[in-house]
Amino acid sequence: MSDTTGIQAHPSQRDGGGAAAAVPPPSARDRSRKPAASQLAAWAFLAPVTIYLLLFYAYPLYRSLDLSLRNYTVRSFVHGHAPFSGLKNYRIDIRDPTFTPALLHTLIFTLVSIAFQFVIGLGLAMFFVQHFKLSATLRALFLVPWLLPLIVSASTWSWMLNSDSGVVNSALHRFGFAPVNWLTAPKWALVSVIIANIWIGIPFNLVLMYSGLQAISPDIYEAAALDGANGWQRFWRVTFPLLRPVTAVTLLLGLVYTLKVFDIIWIMTRGGPAGASTTFATWSYQLSFGNLLPAFGPGAAVANMLIVMTLIFGFVYFRIQRKQLES
Amino acid sequence: MNLLNSCGASAGAKIKRTGYDTTALLSQTLLSAQQGNSPDVLIVDNPVVSTLADAGVLASNDQDSIDASAVAPNLLAAGVLNGKTYGIPIGANTLALYYNKTILSAAGVDPSTIKSWADLTAALAKVKAAGKGGITLSAIGTEEGSFQFLPWFWGSGANLTNLASTQGVAALQLWTSWMKAGYVPNAAIQDTQTTSWAEFATGKYAFAENGTWQLANAEKAGFAYGIIPIPSMAGGVAPAPTGGEFVTIPLQKDTSRYPTTEKIVSCLTSADNAFNTDTTLGYIGVTAAVQQKQATNPQLPVWISAVAAAKGRTSDNLGTNYPKISQQLWTAVQNALTGAKSPTAAMSTAQSAAAAATGGK
Repeated sequence: MSDTTGIQAHPSQRDGGGAAAAVPPPSARDRSRKPAASQLAAWAFLAPVTIYLLLFYAYPLYRSLDLSLRNYTVRSFVHGHAPFSGLKNYRIDIRDPTFTPALLHTLIFTLVSIAFQFVIGLGLAMFFVQHFKLSATLRALFLVPWLLPLIVSASTWSWMLNSDSGVVNSALHRFGFAPVNWLTAPKWALVSVIIANIWIGIPFNLVLMYSGLQAISPDIYEAAALDGANGWQRFWRVTFPLLRPVTAVTLLLGLVYTLKVFDIIWIMTRGGPAGASTTFATWSYQLSFGNLLPAFGPGAAVANMLIVMTLIFGFVYFRIQRKQLES
Repeated sequence: MNLLNSCGASAGAKIKRTGYDTTALLSQTLLSAQQGNSPDVLIVDNPVVSTLADAGVLASNDQDSIDASAVAPNLLAAGVLNGKTYGIPIGANTLALYYNKTILSAAGVDPSTIKSWADLTAALAKVKAAGKGGITLSAIGTEEGSFQFLPWFWGSGANLTNLASTQGVAALQLWTSWMKAGYVPNAAIQDTQTTSWAEFATGKYAFAENGTWQLANAEKAGFAYGIIPIPSMAGGVAPAPTGGEFVTIPLQKDTSRYPTTEKIVSCLTSADNAFNTDTTLGYIGVTAAVQQKQATNPQLPVWISAVAAAKGRTSDNLGTNYPKISQQLWTAVQNALTGAKSPTAAMSTAQSAAAAATGGK
């Protein structure tokens, strides 16, 4: 017991004293009473995770919210005393001509990426679950996009899609098609980054769906086959319903990952040309760090709107999950 | 950086050097100033100096005793904000046109006759007719894109306070017409200066708009090259933006640190050391003394005159308004080159956005 109270001593020595103070410190007097002692032990066991959450989740969130509600200039960022400006930064963002396109791009990027990643991932998982020769090797190869550092894969895509010297245009040319300005034409830039993102996201969907498929007992398929179900019916009546929990997790995680995708877009197009592939994630970075004069307030406001979007999807997920448990 | 160590030793200090890339350096500097642990010496890109000075991070030269009197005024201008000077440049670079001698002579173009935009466009047409690429440049949607466009913008006689002037539109029209005619590779819209250089280095393009820092790479390119200044619209040398870094002294709570810091800075910027640094980093010296030493290298006189004609991006007292204007400028360039907007429409949109962002300046 005395060991666990020792954990309590550490947090107060840290910088984030304000955060640590939220956990009630145990006093020696409490230990004498039996029920209080177990209470104390419970708190002590909770302390590490609470402190961790406060320090690494609550405090940054609070700072981000604070940044977005104050009128920060570079001077007030350094010297403090940024005046409170309410929702002004949010109003600035919403009135910005970048807002509507960025919102649209974010939604299109996320939904289209997920739809394709999921369908292709599931298709491949169905394929690999058949356990043919080399299936393990091939499946491992499909994981490559996931293992590569994003800077490598995004730069490679960027070279492949280069208007003048890219391998994609050279292939198109060989088959007699006109070259496409993948990354430099406003109507293609978003498509290009979506294609790259789908490629990167497939392994994640493949792995999760594959493990989901493995969990389905072969007996059920056998029973379905005996009842005369054809392949199509087996998929829609057996596989798909049984995969629903895994599907929900995969889609939700995919949503959260995709909403915040930044690296691929930034490396491939910088959100351009002229904002044609700007999403909330790149816009927020652009505002806060992509300029010689950082606009921390509006940048943080965009980031917070992105967090709210993620939260909404998170609640939808919990809703669905609860419904599934009830039924 | 042996120089840092020897300067530190002569001032009786040990220097710990920490490097960051440009954008990370700015946020890192702001953060460390916020936490009250600014470095003693800060070497930064020149357009960042006015932002940092405005943020109250830097000591002005009246507060410390940096002597910048020998520096050419057009190079020092980037460090001047509201009449005060912050720091001292260690070296300057700027943009000019590299050309591929083999391609130009095959196409029958004499580079020494290129004095105006019309001359250059005519040369590009000849090169294209000879089956070669025209010019590589970077029109990317970041500060680099504005940096590359400015020589043409300023060379038309336009001023950053009015992007939508007829001259400004003419400059954008020039680039757009080159893109339409296929003189500029389409990839220019996403190219950084490094990738646009890589295209020139393939030996397939006649010209490259690039900086002093590519000199060492040009030697390795494997073909004969030459350099001409960027022409202005009517003829003559266009003012290109100055690049290069400033040595600055961030404000410290403990003022007893300044005397040592000043010794280090004056050591770093002494004529001999600056000459060595500039030679290593591909910079042109900022004082007449260093430039005279450099003039003995046959490649450098064209750069020395280009630097003499160059202009600080934040000068004209634009200061921290420059980044806001610059963002609209590169957006306009991208809008016009992709064909999303006409040059006129792109520039007038940019001007109204810039005016709104800077409060009508």
